[in-house]
Amino acid sequence: MAKRATLSAILTILLSVSSSAQVTFERLVNAEDEPQNWLTYSGTYSSNRHTSLDQISSDNVDELDLQWVFQAQSLQVFQTTPIVVDGIMYITEAPNTVLALDAKLGRVFWRYEYTPDQESRPCCGRVNRGVAILGNTLFMGTIDAKLIAIDAISGQPIWQTSVARPDAGYALTLAPLIVKDKVIVSVAGGEYGIRGFISAYDVATGEEIWRFYTIPGPGEPGHETWQGDDWKYGGASAWLTGSYDPDSNLIYWGIGNPGPDWNPEQRPGDNLYSNSVVALDADTGELEWYFQFTPNDPYDYDSVQIPVLVDYPAQDGSNLKLMLFGNRNGFFYVIDRTTGRFINGQEFIDLNWADGLDDIGRPIMTPQPPGATTYPGVQGGTNWYSPSYSPSTRLFYLSAWEGYGSVFEAQEAEYEEGRLFLGGRPGPPIPGGVIPGLARGPINNWTEAAGSGAVIAIDPATGEQQWKYEMTDVTTSGILTTTTDLLFTGNREGYFHALDARDGSLLWRKTLGGMIANGPISYAVDGRQYIAVAAGNGLFVYALRE
Amino acid sequence: MRRIFPWFRKAALSVAALTTIIAPAAAQDHVGQYSQADINFGMRVYGETCVACHGPNGDGVDGVNFRTGRFRSASSDLGLMGIIRAGIPDTAMPPGDYTTPELTGLVAYLRNIGDFDASDVTIGNAERGQTVYEGKGTCAQCHRIGVQGSRVAPNLTSIGAIRTAGSLAESLTNPTASMLPVNRNVRAVNQEGTLFTGRRLNEDTYTVQLIDQAERLVSLVKADLREFTVLTTSAMPSYEETLSEQERADVLAYLLSLKGTN
Repeated sequence: MAKRATLSAILTILLSVSSSAQVTFERLVNAEDEPQNWLTYSGTYSSNRHTSLDQISSDNVDELDLQWVFQAQSLQVFQTTPIVVDGIMYITEAPNTVLALDAKLGRVFWRYEYTPDQESRPCCGRVNRGVAILGNTLFMGTIDAKLIAIDAISGQPIWQTSVARPDAGYALTLAPLIVKDKVIVSVAGGEYGIRGFISAYDVATGEEIWRFYTIPGPGEPGHETWQGDDWKYGGASAWLTGSYDPDSNLIYWGIGNPGPDWNPEQRPGDNLYSNSVVALDADTGELEWYFQFTPNDPYDYDSVQIPVLVDYPAQDGSNLKLMLFGNRNGFFYVIDRTTGRFINGQEFIDLNWADGLDDIGRPIMTPQPPGATTYPGVQGGTNWYSPSYSPSTRLFYLSAWEGYGSVFEAQEAEYEEGRLFLGGRPGPPIPGGVIPGLARGPINNWTEAAGSGAVIAIDPATGEQQWKYEMTDVTTSGILTTTTDLLFTGNREGYFHALDARDGSLLWRKTLGGMIANGPISYAVDGRQYIAVAAGNGLFVYALRE
Repeated sequence: MRRIFPWFRKAALSVAALTTIIAPAAAQDHVGQYSQADINFGMRVYGETCVACHGPNGDGVDGVNFRTGRFRSASSDLGLMGIIRAGIPDTAMPPGDYTTPELTGLVAYLRNIGDFDASDVTIGNAERGQTVYEGKGTCAQCHRIGVQGSRVAPNLTSIGAIRTAGSLAESLTNPTASMLPVNRNVRAVNQEGTLFTGRRLNEDTYTVQLIDQAERLVSLVKADLREFTVLTTSAMPSYEETLSEQERADVLAYLLSLKGTN
């Protein structure tokens, strides 16, 4: 007994002191080697949101106990993913507050609150999705389009740089991505007629190093896909974090919808690089390749979803360098991430806006007659909620909306800086019905015909669905998979549940009482594995009972 | 050497107040809009009704610091009056039954609180003060400005925007008297005899969070400790004897020049 007490005391010392070790670029590259930490928005540069921590398994998942809860002061539903570094959790709450928490106890070390400019006007919520870290510095984008460097130990701001003008509709809602000595961000604002871009900044000074416009300017390749001045306010925002391949030194970034959103005839052409994924040299921002999912998009199928990078074992023993992309337009794509070549694409939901993809992955578009319902609807077959790939099951998992459609109506729109530039509207398929919004209360007051949610497992080798877990309401939750073949996810109904990643069977669930609109993560402190997920305004952290 | 007499300075800025105040104003641009009488009256009202929560420096509520000149819930004077009168639902900010002169005075005082200091202090040369700060004063051994210095003591990057000249002057000669309670040092010993010392960042019934002498964030469970003491004296030395009056005035000028990043 005495010996146990001594061991406990030693562990207390070891566990209660954060090492404050600097997060080097090498650590970020090798993040898979330290699964006790969650170092980037998507966990690793490959963005597979998969943990090799193995304490929690199907044998004991029903022994998960709530360890602590953090309640945000903001009433905005969490869309953030925390990062965890050596026992310290860094989390953002809306609109732009950062907190450092003891990841074991949930107590707060410091809180930094940034007050955004009143001119900021993010289209779809005053949200923030997280921070990036390099060394002892955190980086946060703000809804008034600033990038702020913050000391990770004290919470003091170090520098601040203006990325774009908030009064023109630009905002930063994504978690930045660190590559070497640069912090990379991209802008939201596709509903305001912005000209989107991805840009990189010196981590030490905030000086802009490069900028890649997601709409090519005059004389640049791709500019011919726009007419007249359409390119100047053509949208193509990029509001989620991209992925990075250290071997090729390429970043992969999903690009959003063209503007005006729902009037494609007002912007004839393919509207590059809207609704594409682009591969850029991380040092220079130069375009290596692009692949466009939805040319001349009439539906707001912006393609900002997370590109998941997978080295997939081929039959000849080699590894295929793939990108897996579950797109808002309802198709799942497999792309050669070295060249951008389309390999395979399959519908993961029932849809009617296209009749499949051709040999190069271009959709065979089937516009619906006026007044008819288009599937998927404006929120898409999936959206910002992160997917996961498990190297154990070799399956790709995503949250999907099924049976959900919109009736699109195009209207002529006149561009005016800082004003919404939408070009029409999406209506519900049922007269008097509703489009599922993020603000729904605890009572599900809409009809089944409006759609439902599901977790879908897809085999990248074939594009075929392996299993499906259906839910009543649509889902906005990201997905975490484990090396023990668990899949953690949640939904708008406020449930947080664990499925068997191999067959989709339900293993465990809890009611958290708030909408889950972010991705769960896993980390460990003092050798104990934790699962964290935000629901509503609270962050809930679980571990096996001791 | 420049001497500041804030009361006289404000009096010299007197203008007709009420009509200007009621008109929406650009945020943080209010110099000369308020009469000294309104400011003085507002200070009195503030001392009677606001100071218990917001504190004498205007920074007593977590996340709210009137000295920054930024108000989360209102930007215009009219908006501020509305907040003061109606309160903020679901927060500790209650509604208040104020007269128009009281509201006018409160807004005038809040708009000037950053420059307002009842004490009469001597402010020297900021450049010379920086030299003293970085040299003879050895301040950076514990304090941090920007990315220079230690994190052990409170960060001074924006100290000039959040503390008054009077309180800063006092901290140089009598650090304990002007130390904020949250910054108190903690001494803790666990069951094995390991000593933890550092500046308190947060504390609750069962745990305490601090930054230790090695600039590490430390979280302790009180039940695991055999000794836990919150020190009420500041670890900062008094500079009354080690720096001359001129040097202290120069350091004060330097500290007041620190207004934060960008």
